[in-house]
Amino acid sequence: MDFRLTRDQRDVRAGVRALLAGRYGREALRSDVERAAGAGVEPGAGAAPGAGVDRSLWRELGEAGFFSLRLPESEGGAGLGLPEAVLVFEEAGRVLLPGPLVATHLAAGVVPGAASGAAVVTAFDLDGPLVAHLGGADAVLGMPEVPAGVPVRSADPLTPLWRARGVLPAGYRDTGALLTAALQAGSALRTVELAVRYAGEREQFGQPIGGFQAVKHLCSGMLVRAEVARTAVYAAAVTGDSAEIAAAKMLADGAAVRGARDCLQVYGGMGFTWEADVHLHLKRAWVRAEQWRTAAGAEELLAEALLTEASASASASASASASASASASASAG
Amino acid sequence: MDLAYSEEERDFRARLREWLVKVLPELPPRPSPDDWPGRRAYDLGWQRRLYDAGYAGLHWPVDAGGRGATPTQHLIFLEETERAGAPYVGANFVGLLHAGPTIAAEGTPEQRARWLPPVLRGDEVWCQGFSEPGAGSDLASLRTRAVRDGDAYVVTGSKIWTSHAEVADWCELLVRTDPAAPKHRGITWLAMPMDAPGVTVRPLRTLVGSAEFAEVFLDEVRVPAANRVGAENDGWRVTMVTLSFERGTAFVGEVVACRRTLGELARAAKANGRWDDPVLRRRLGRLYGEFGALWRLTQWNVSEAQGAGGVPGTGGSVFKLAYSHARQELYEAAAEVLGAQSLSLEEEWTAQRLSSLSYTIAAGTSQIQHNIVAERILGLPKGR
Repeated sequence: MDFRLTRDQRDVRAGVRALLAGRYGREALRSDVERAAGAGVEPGAGAAPGAGVDRSLWRELGEAGFFSLRLPESEGGAGLGLPEAVLVFEEAGRVLLPGPLVATHLAAGVVPGAASGAAVVTAFDLDGPLVAHLGGADAVLGMPEVPAGVPVRSADPLTPLWRARGVLPAGYRDTGALLTAALQAGSALRTVELAVRYAGEREQFGQPIGGFQAVKHLCSGMLVRAEVARTAVYAAAVTGDSAEIAAAKMLADGAAVRGARDCLQVYGGMGFTWEADVHLHLKRAWVRAEQWRTAAGAEELLAEALLTEASASASASASASASASASASASAG
Repeated sequence: MDLAYSEEERDFRARLREWLVKVLPELPPRPSPDDWPGRRAYDLGWQRRLYDAGYAGLHWPVDAGGRGATPTQHLIFLEETERAGAPYVGANFVGLLHAGPTIAAEGTPEQRARWLPPVLRGDEVWCQGFSEPGAGSDLASLRTRAVRDGDAYVVTGSKIWTSHAEVADWCELLVRTDPAAPKHRGITWLAMPMDAPGVTVRPLRTLVGSAEFAEVFLDEVRVPAANRVGAENDGWRVTMVTLSFERGTAFVGEVVACRRTLGELARAAKANGRWDDPVLRRRLGRLYGEFGALWRLTQWNVSEAQGAGGVPGTGGSVFKLAYSHARQELYEAAAEVLGAQSLSLEEEWTAQRLSSLSYTIAAGTSQIQHNIVAERILGLPKGR
């Protein structure tokens, strides 16, 4: 057993991080946010339906193998697995890369153009009648055509929402939840960094606020949750176990949402402004927490798995003691 | 990211499992928690069996008498012994996990030859003389003084929260040898015989109701200078070697135990109908996910340690923070499963609920662990 990343995996991660730093740095993010907000009914309030996916960015992601990563080489993919995919999605989560990344990745090899980034594919991965990125989508995962929808103002500036009717086809939920958990873990780790940097620079009462225990403990709590979640995501990517994936999603949702809230608290009044990126992490984390598998759904799934395992181990030990007493009576006889 | 075990590791697990099946039924009955001499004999007896079977000091270096096992093998050992319901390390905790590794790393050849074999064979018990009434998590504030007099140190002061002091042969003792030096300097590590004149042990009663640890009073105790491990006034550095072991691996087996407890809770809740309460059911589901992740985190930390030559890193603080709180949550959930029955001290889970309160205090409080994570991992400035 060696849980650590292999050299190849570290290379994959470093490569994606470098690519995204160049292609989707903070300036690109903020310019997208301003453009989306500017197109809205009330400037600065939320995403307008026009806040679509940047097609050139999507194609560049496609060329970099973002969507085709797990396709076999014979189909133009890289032939990699879920462990590599979660590393890539973790990096995307760090920089708040917008768009239906998970659905398009899942559609690679199924929907023409998804693998190369020529097509934008969304999915009905939210409970209820809402769907993200419908207006800019070429296809919806598992549906014959893109249904009509009514635009809804979205809390997240870069995740436009529509009210529409559709279904999520079976078989995608686990992988969708895992990759979304990886995005959440990346966002959680990023908000730790943002909070730590700010706490080291911002001075109050004659010293950096990061010197105060109250602030330190907020930051270390963020890291603990993020590290536990990241480890859970990596392990679930290796095992592919449904319960382990549910746990990863539940923990990563918590790490991302609470991490962003604590980061906002560390930023103080600045954290409550439009210009700090903290709210963008929080709003996206809220969206992702509702996608593919909610915490409530994960807890129910885990409870079921716990009971199944507990019953199995109880009957195993019962049969072990039964055979022990059988052999005891045999020797007595 | 490889969670599969190698053939060698699987072999190791299989042989260990086979041995446990054979040896566990031969063990004498467990003594009651307040029977200290009985506990000492039981724990040393278990250590002797481990020694005879070649499992003693598994993770110690070979030149210290250990087996030089990899951290992964140590992980398998802790997992399998816990799963089989084997005895906990008990009174051998300090010898095997603190004092032993410290002497192995920092002691002279004579010191290693004198102290390490009896720990491995299960002949001698160690206790830890670190904490004082005024110096718990702020260990560097300790005040117990040692003054050099000829070939001995004369030690005066007191220690507290000393587990197994009543039955220990040796105490790994931290003393202040230079009161004028800054508080992290001027500390020295001594091996003190517990039967030396001037040593008085007074048991302390915990909120669990039992005497789990003791106060130790030291009145002009003469400790030979030859019992000093490391240089005079270098005890802080020597101690840090010890503490990284404590946080790195000391709790690994307990995660397995908590997962087993969680299964028992689920079965009990199903049996008494409380499982139908979605709030409780979801709470247990969440804990199942959390302890699963904590088990993966131990595997992660062990892999990291293996890559760093066996030395556990700061990941231990991250683990301890998450684990100690999850363990308390586990027994709060147990109380909810039991309902009013949780008020009965005859319930095993009630005793565990009480003892879990110490987890966020012992081995460095959660607040100290948060400072360690914030300063050493995140690089935040030191301050108040």
